[in-house]
Amino acid sequence: MGLAAALLAMAGPAPAQAPVAPFRVQGDGIAQPLAGLAGDVARGRRITADRQVGTCLLCHAGPFPEERFQGTIGPDLAGVGTRLTAAQIRLRVVDPRRLAPETIMPAYHSIAGRTRVGAAWRDRPILDAQQVEDVVAFLATLRDPS
Amino acid sequence: MMPSWRRRAVLAAAGVALLAGADAAAQKRSGYLDAGPQTRAMQDDDGANPGFLWVERGRALWDEAPRRTDGGTAQSCAACHGEAAASMRGVAARQPAWDRTAGRLMNLEQRIDRCRTERQGAAPLPAEGEDRLALSAFVGLQSRGQPMSVAIDGPAAPAYAQGRTLFETPMGQLDLSCAQCHDRSAGQRLAGNVIPQGHPNGYPIYRLEWQGMGSLNRRLRNCMTGVRAEPFATGSTEALALELYLARRAEGLSMETPAVRP
Ligand code: HEC
Ligand code: HEC
Ligand code: HEC
Repeated sequence: MGLAAALLAMAGPAPAQAPVAPFRVQGDGIAQPLAGLAGDVARGRRITADRQVGTCLLCHAGPFPEERFQGTIGPDLAGVGTRLTAAQIRLRVVDPRRLAPETIMPAYHSIAGRTRVGAAWRDRPILDAQQVEDVVAFLATLRDPS
Repeated sequence: MMPSWRRRAVLAAAGVALLAGADAAAQKRSGYLDAGPQTRAMQDDDGANPGFLWVERGRALWDEAPRRTDGGTAQSCAACHGEAAASMRGVAARQPAWDRTAGRLMNLEQRIDRCRTERQGAAPLPAEGEDRLALSAFVGLQSRGQPMSVAIDGPAAPAYAQGRTLFETPMGQLDLSCAQCHDRSAGQRLAGNVIPQGHPNGYPIYRLEWQGMGSLNRRLRNCMTGVRAEPFATGSTEALALELYLARRAEGLSMETPAVRP
């Protein structure tokens, strides 16, 4: 599948609440769940694996045997819940550029400084607060077998 | 013992080789090399390359006298330009180029369209339409094997600078720049696809995913909607500036028109 087809038409319903939830960075993480929401692991897995919603597998590989096409740009997500705390994962999904300004990984819960955003995606982050919490909850379950 | 002048020459040559090896950006790599073996084989065989359907149509159009919008019959391309193999050789390899009459950059398609409307007095050929692609493919083929070489000095210099800025500016909801993928991540896999260096040396191309022929602008629109950005309209100042930057970035690569890409 090509890039445009892969990335086009994510088009979930526009979030009703303020598009970007406030958050506080402590150390290299965000300890508090966004908007006090609880994440759902199963939903988080679907979002992470879906190339129109999470788009994560464009760049990452992970434990998704059903997904034939996975990326090699970022680290393999397998075992990420062992390497990182939920707070650390949250910051890396919300705004990884706070840790590595040059990183290619997009800030999934930010609209700051965006240019030329297509009309269908304007003024909203790639993932809303609930989706971020779902993804964080799921990634935290990806433990290295030990 | 090697005479000292020769040794110096050998050392200098080795130094150049080392430098080239150290600078990945200096190693230009056509997207052909990142396509799979079947795609490459299709491009290698003119009889199997679907792009030649457009080339053949373009060859016919070259000799055909179209209807003028005023009802008369126009001169054919051949009536003015003669044998394309001679008159059009190398033309595509130096596009886009500054046009003194128009006072702006023009790419190959725009030049063809200008002849079509101003010199033949015929109706314009719509972008991405089969006839425009056919003529571009036919004219482009006359540069196959020639090194890409565009002028970026004089009046083209500001456009080149603008193109470079556009290439390096993150855009769209995913906030990614062309450079992040094509300079820094070339060779990596984006989902199933190897990210090529992003050279424009094969356009118009037959793309398997399109099941058809498309222009460079169409390819760039794919990349831009991929990052959820508003694409640069065909023929816009931005699109032309970016095309000029890409062409210069590909300088020296052989033209492959009509290339086949996944
Ligand atoms: C365009 C490429 C790209 C996309 C899309 C992407 N990432 Fe990343 N990601 C990276 C890169 C590259 C890194 C390495 C960190 C760096 O560059 O500083 C990374 C790092 C991470 C890390 C830290 C991993 C570790 O072991 O330290 C997590 C967690 C992560 N990404 C999760 C995600 C999730 C979840 C998504 C989708 C919602 C996603 N990424 C989408 C490129 C991407
Ligand atoms: C997120 C990564 C990404 C970004 C950003 C991106 N591209 Fe691409 N580009 C690709 C991939 C992957 C391909 C290979 C085709 C495919 O399978 O979709 C490609 C193909 C191309 C090609 C075709 C090369 C050939 O051999 O025919 C050109 C030219 C190109 N890109 C230019 C650009 C420009 C200019 C920009 C910025 C406006 C850009 N790309 C942004 C990933 C990207
Ligand atoms: C009535 C004469 C005439 C006809 C008919 C004509 N052209 Fe031209 N063409 C010209 C002239 C004059 C130029 C400008 C030469 C120059 O740029 O100095 C030109 C320039 C071009 C160029 C740019 C060449 C370069 O070196 O930059 C292309 C490509 C081209 N024509 C293609 C076509 C095609 C394809 C057709 C038919 C659809 C066509 N022309 C029909 C007279 C004509």
